[in-house]
Amino acid sequence: MSVIDPTVPTALPSSAEDAASDNYLTRPSGLRSWLFTVDHKRIGVMYLVSILTAFLLGGIFAILLRTELLGPQKTVIEADTYNQFFTLHGAIMIFLVIIPSIPATLGNFVLPIMLGAKDLAFPRLNLLSYYLYLGGALLALLAIVLGGVDTGWTFYPPYSIEAAPYNGVIVVLAGVFLLGFSSILTGLNFVVTIHKLRPPGMGWFRMPLFLWSLYATSIIQILATPVLGVTVLLLIVERTLKFGIFHPGLGGDPILYQHFFWFYSHPAVYIMILPAMGIVSELVSVFSRKHIFGYPFIAFSSVAIAMFGFFVWGHHMFVSGQSPLVTVLFSLLTYSVSIPSAVKVFNWLATMHGGSISLKTPMLYALGFVFLFGIGGLTGLFLGALATDVHLHDTYFVVSHFHYVMLGSALIAMLGGMHYWWPKITGRMYSERWGVTAFVLVIIGFNLTFFPQFIMGTHGMPRRYYNYPPEFTFLNQLSTTGSYIMAVSFVLMAAYLLHSLVRGRRAPANPWGGATLEWQCSSPPPTYNFETPPPVRDPYDFRNIEYDPASGGYRRIVPVPATVSKG
Amino acid sequence: MINGVLAQETAWPSVSPEGGTLWLPPEASSAASYTDDVFYFIYWVSLFFFVLINALMVYFVIRYRRRTADQRAVSGATHNTRLEIVWSAVPLVLVVAMFYMGFRGYMDLVNPPSEALEIHVLAQKWSWNFTYPNGHDDSELHVPVDHNIRLTLTSNDVIHSLSIPAFRVRCDAVPGRYTHLWFRPTRIGEYLALCSEYCGTTHSDMIARVYVQDPAEYAKWLADVSDPFREHSFADVGRMLVARRCSSCHSIDGRANVGPTFKSLFGREVKLADGTTVTADENYIRESLIYPGRQIVAGYSPVMPTFRGQLKDREITAIIEYFKELAE
Repeated sequence: MSVIDPTVPTALPSSAEDAASDNYLTRPSGLRSWLFTVDHKRIGVMYLVSILTAFLLGGIFAILLRTELLGPQKTVIEADTYNQFFTLHGAIMIFLVIIPSIPATLGNFVLPIMLGAKDLAFPRLNLLSYYLYLGGALLALLAIVLGGVDTGWTFYPPYSIEAAPYNGVIVVLAGVFLLGFSSILTGLNFVVTIHKLRPPGMGWFRMPLFLWSLYATSIIQILATPVLGVTVLLLIVERTLKFGIFHPGLGGDPILYQHFFWFYSHPAVYIMILPAMGIVSELVSVFSRKHIFGYPFIAFSSVAIAMFGFFVWGHHMFVSGQSPLVTVLFSLLTYSVSIPSAVKVFNWLATMHGGSISLKTPMLYALGFVFLFGIGGLTGLFLGALATDVHLHDTYFVVSHFHYVMLGSALIAMLGGMHYWWPKITGRMYSERWGVTAFVLVIIGFNLTFFPQFIMGTHGMPRRYYNYPPEFTFLNQLSTTGSYIMAVSFVLMAAYLLHSLVRGRRAPANPWGGATLEWQCSSPPPTYNFETPPPVRDPYDFRNIEYDPASGGYRRIVPVPATVSKG
Repeated sequence: MINGVLAQETAWPSVSPEGGTLWLPPEASSAASYTDDVFYFIYWVSLFFFVLINALMVYFVIRYRRRTADQRAVSGATHNTRLEIVWSAVPLVLVVAMFYMGFRGYMDLVNPPSEALEIHVLAQKWSWNFTYPNGHDDSELHVPVDHNIRLTLTSNDVIHSLSIPAFRVRCDAVPGRYTHLWFRPTRIGEYLALCSEYCGTTHSDMIARVYVQDPAEYAKWLADVSDPFREHSFADVGRMLVARRCSSCHSIDGRANVGPTFKSLFGREVKLADGTTVTADENYIRESLIYPGRQIVAGYSPVMPTFRGQLKDREITAIIEYFKELAE
């Protein structure tokens, strides 16, 4: 027996109805109120819509690429078109989708609420970040109109300097430059917010682990992204003014570019994966209804990954002709990143041990993450070892490896987080049955697409191949079939999520039984999140959270003395 | 339509000819078996942990499944420092072992024995050019079996990368600098060398045949191919040169490709991008080979590399004679 905790707003019927009509989505109203909003929740929603649109575009390119690869030689498009499409697919998915995906959408939405705050530290800067993102995205689209880009998303010189007919290169680089600023400002905003807006009582080790991961991510964004900005600027200068920086014909060094580029782009992998791991830490704990296991190890492993991630960029250049000594050191350092990643996986398993495990859609994505990240992470071991990397470098093995990490892990966790916070963001529940169906299709489609690519890679099929030796036809056809299944699953997902906006059941304040603060305000939250700062508790203590059949969700209770509760 | 080497050759050798396994192509060099040992060590360790993690995950999901919405966790464990240290230390030991094995193999791959046959490799869009010790240039890589071969690579334009999967070797060819790789082929046969660094339109057709031959056969091939004029007519030598050097961008059967077709080219009026018209005579063909940027055929991009210094005068004459034959 227990009583309802009077210090927190609960999902009483009256307040639920209030939340449905008066929340951050409805007030203030009008287009202008959205375009000039400084509300972190609205900006998060705007990012979500923008990023999903970019994902659709990048996905269309992916499907066209896979269709072309149904057979060797020409299937549907010309070689030059293919080369432009894989460049656009890569650039859109990396710069417009995965890098901003979790921090800018879900991070923006929940970070301040998890702190019990009204907004981020710099709300106007947050809106500026969004418009920089939009500007960068529009420049990337402009490049398509201007004749395209065919350099690969890595823009390696001298190719990117010489690629004369493709005038889109400079515009895309300018877009990347703007997107970089958007990323830096978001990171800065998060760091300041976490330092300054934590409520009294929330020490560093009482923060939800998602915030630790966003903090570590933000540090990378602030420290690494400027290097990318400088690099693309140098490339623009070299291309337009013919200064010799990277082009050997002008006295430059193309390997220097690779060092600069990967000094950002390797840490960028952790910008993608760390927030994903943060989401999984939340999901595994909440859906196991059990305190996260080894909190400090998970928290510090995020910081360790962020730190080690800066010292491994040279593993992208093992066969570039860099000195063997440097190559050996980078191989050793590369393995340092694997330990904190393994530690996290073991901690999630230990969290599930002895829990009360609910297989709702978000949890399925968390388990899917452990499965796919297992493959993505372990195949990285083959690429860290020098002898095997020489054989596998720049083959489909690498393509598959990073898709398991970026799509299979980072985006799967993003989908998990989206399904987890969907009721909070929209105030509606989606269909659990369709959620599970789409999840199963995603996992089948994903593995069918990418697993055969490991075998193509170990047999030597290089990446970015328009034509290929006929022996790879069958594996390519399997892969393409998988990509179609994935496409269907994403369409299905879009359908039931959109359907839920109109027909979905009204979401209770706490549908999953989470203990972090965002579950204590109504769904969707009011404009200023909390009337009064909510009391801070252990974010993973579920003992005082109880199922409430009336609302279909969970609520916080005050335990009464043990002698009474026996009665 | 791209009809590079893959299109023209029906009997193109497989990247992994017989002797390969599900995971790896056959081992055709001295380094391959060690590389494969490293591969399988990592493979079995990874498979063990992958199965362990997923088996535990599935077991926990079944064993601790929430049956009623208010069911609580049976365990309140929040940490166990000893366990954390164990599962940090065990992977640490394993990855250090992986690093060491990879390092040993790499030391072998980057340190060629002092006695090695040196072949220079020049990469350019979109073909490979191998220069043998006697100065002969060829688009095919022929090597004697059980001999140490050292390749010195560079590029004429953008970055390329030479990969021979059956030998487990790979190295970028970078403009403005030399890079090296070496191998000792152990199995007579035909293999493929592929470009694995993206380099433009027909990157995926930048493929060379690799022949591992008996040393006597290799010597005979080199002598024969070094002076083809001794045995063949100009037009026949021209045909061989075109097949090797030009066919990834130009067809001989009338199909358009990256560049115009050679069929019925000789003696024809050619319309240029600047609007003028020239006759495709001897001098036009010679200039197109040496200064490809001067006369661009209407409808094509100025992407052809120069063959100045790469084709001898006699070879240019041979190509012209072959074109005359194609025009008949």
